[in-house]
Amino acid sequence: MVEQTASAEQLNEKDVLTGTNKLDANPWWAQAIIYIILIGSGLVTLLPMVNVWAISLSEAHEVFKDPMMLWPKSFTLESYKYIFNTQVLLKSFGITVFVTVVGTFLNLLFTSTGAYGLSKTHVPGHKIMLWLIIIPMLFGAGLIPMYILLKNLGLLNNIWVLILPKLVASFNLILMRNFFWSIPESLEESARIDGASEFRVLWSVILPLSKPVIATVGLFYAVGHWNDYFSGLFFINDNSKWPLQMVLRSIVIDFNMLNMGTQNTNTLNDASKLVVQPENIKAATIIFAIVPILIVYPFLQKYFVKGIMLGSVKG
Amino acid sequence: MSAKSVQAPPGMSGQSIGKKRVKLRTRIWKSRYIYILVLPTIIYFAIFTYAPFYGITIAFKDFKIMSGIMDSPWVGFKHFEAMFTSEKFPDLLKNTIIISMYRLIFGFPVPILFALLLNEVRSFWFKRSIQTITYFPHFLSWVVFAGIIYNFIGPSGIINLLLSNAGFEKINMTTNEDLFRTIIVVTAILKEFGWGAIIYLAALAGIDSQLYEAAKIDGAGKLRQIWHVTLPGIRPIIALLFCLQLAGVLDAGFEQIFMFLNPAVYDVGDIIDTYVYRLGILQSQFEMATAVGLFKGIIGMILIITANTIIRRMGEKSLW
Repeated sequence: MVEQTASAEQLNEKDVLTGTNKLDANPWWAQAIIYIILIGSGLVTLLPMVNVWAISLSEAHEVFKDPMMLWPKSFTLESYKYIFNTQVLLKSFGITVFVTVVGTFLNLLFTSTGAYGLSKTHVPGHKIMLWLIIIPMLFGAGLIPMYILLKNLGLLNNIWVLILPKLVASFNLILMRNFFWSIPESLEESARIDGASEFRVLWSVILPLSKPVIATVGLFYAVGHWNDYFSGLFFINDNSKWPLQMVLRSIVIDFNMLNMGTQNTNTLNDASKLVVQPENIKAATIIFAIVPILIVYPFLQKYFVKGIMLGSVKG
Repeated sequence: MSAKSVQAPPGMSGQSIGKKRVKLRTRIWKSRYIYILVLPTIIYFAIFTYAPFYGITIAFKDFKIMSGIMDSPWVGFKHFEAMFTSEKFPDLLKNTIIISMYRLIFGFPVPILFALLLNEVRSFWFKRSIQTITYFPHFLSWVVFAGIIYNFIGPSGIINLLLSNAGFEKINMTTNEDLFRTIIVVTAILKEFGWGAIIYLAALAGIDSQLYEAAKIDGAGKLRQIWHVTLPGIRPIIALLFCLQLAGVLDAGFEQIFMFLNPAVYDVGDIIDTYVYRLGILQSQFEMATAVGLFKGIIGMILIITANTIIRRMGEKSLW
């Protein structure tokens, strides 16, 4: 984790995925088995999600009859209308969007300045500072001391509790630091000769060269914020301030809160005739939470694969 | 720890001779902008990771919110004794370790096998598609993923529908003690195997192709090549990840287990982390919860340092 070889940088996804020509070809039957297993593992991952999507768009009585569908039967958008009337869900969506955008920006600001400073091994005290960052990866104070600290700081039930305690992740900082460290010193030197300050060097020389690692780390942070569940569970008990994942849990798993902020409270109890049933609403809520990730996924993919290789210890 | 003490470099005591000291001072002065850049990060760590260490002392105190941590009376190891002698604790420890071990035994080989199989495929687009699909669940939260799983295993889920159509009795899998750990292990594997394979694929790509040529000349068949070249080639990364997971044996996965946990399955599924949450945050028994958390933290630290030493002794690349 701490050390990174130059070759890790040069790897790209295509190399990784096509670096196979070294092994002999398999006999046709072995190849067939391999393809079957791989397609099977793809389907095992894909089909449950397709099923949820189909349920979310089908009418309740169809789902009641046969939920094993991969294409919506009797197409309806009612369940989506229903969840868009659920004020709590939309509000938590807003909170999570705010936390993801502002949080990720602050994460990157703090992580990149820290990582740049720590990439300067000639600075006195460098080792001590590095250990200060590494120790929290080995040992933490635990949940309760953190809870009491946040309580004392007045951060409980405050939206900033979703951002501030997670400003810098040691792992991401070290990942970024190793990348900065591998940038040739000579590039910075020429900027310094032209009279650039340390801030200027970071901004105009280092950061533009570090787009892949910034994108990777930024996406790690963003996905972390989007999926963050702990902070809401531990530190926010006022449900009007809950982040998205907390509200999702109460809808999808506990099946509470559905009727909050909506008009049609009686519809859920009646049997199979209805257009919308709990199953539809759960399915629609799951899809609602997946879609944003699906939208950024192509970008994620481009950088994550590279990023995880940057962070990996090369064999 | 304050930011200033952090900046003081090692060995800058009064003993160092004048000349060196001046040099050091100049070096520190020269690096002043670097310190300014690092300072916000250090302050963050001081407040949010080092300051809570002080709160650990409540494991040794009779904590009263009104008087605060400082003025609460010391009680020594009372809470630890209570913890070790409680009925609950052995079960918690057992559940935590068993669930972790199941994950390790059944879950650890899956990404390796998956990567080896993917590595046999020549077609780029096929590999790419399978990978894209299989690591997608990694980016879903456990809430969403558990929601998808409940669609199958819930009381009115698809598996029960199949069972009742086939004339069997329905099972409520979510409240079934015998199935809980199986569900945890299987869903954890389903969510992460694709993501776990990426790192092995990277390692596989790094194996020198001359090694395969040499093995072929020596008459090694396909399986022998895999056994003598491929597996040794990714051994360092396997060793590292295995040790890391072994070191995290007390982390059985709060987020996932919390999604599937309910009072009906506490006996088999309640782990240290879920217990600390209930005891500490829901019931405000801060001292006991801190003691349990501290126990977990110390064992975890010992395990990770041991793991690192073992990897290093084995001659592999260690964490630090």
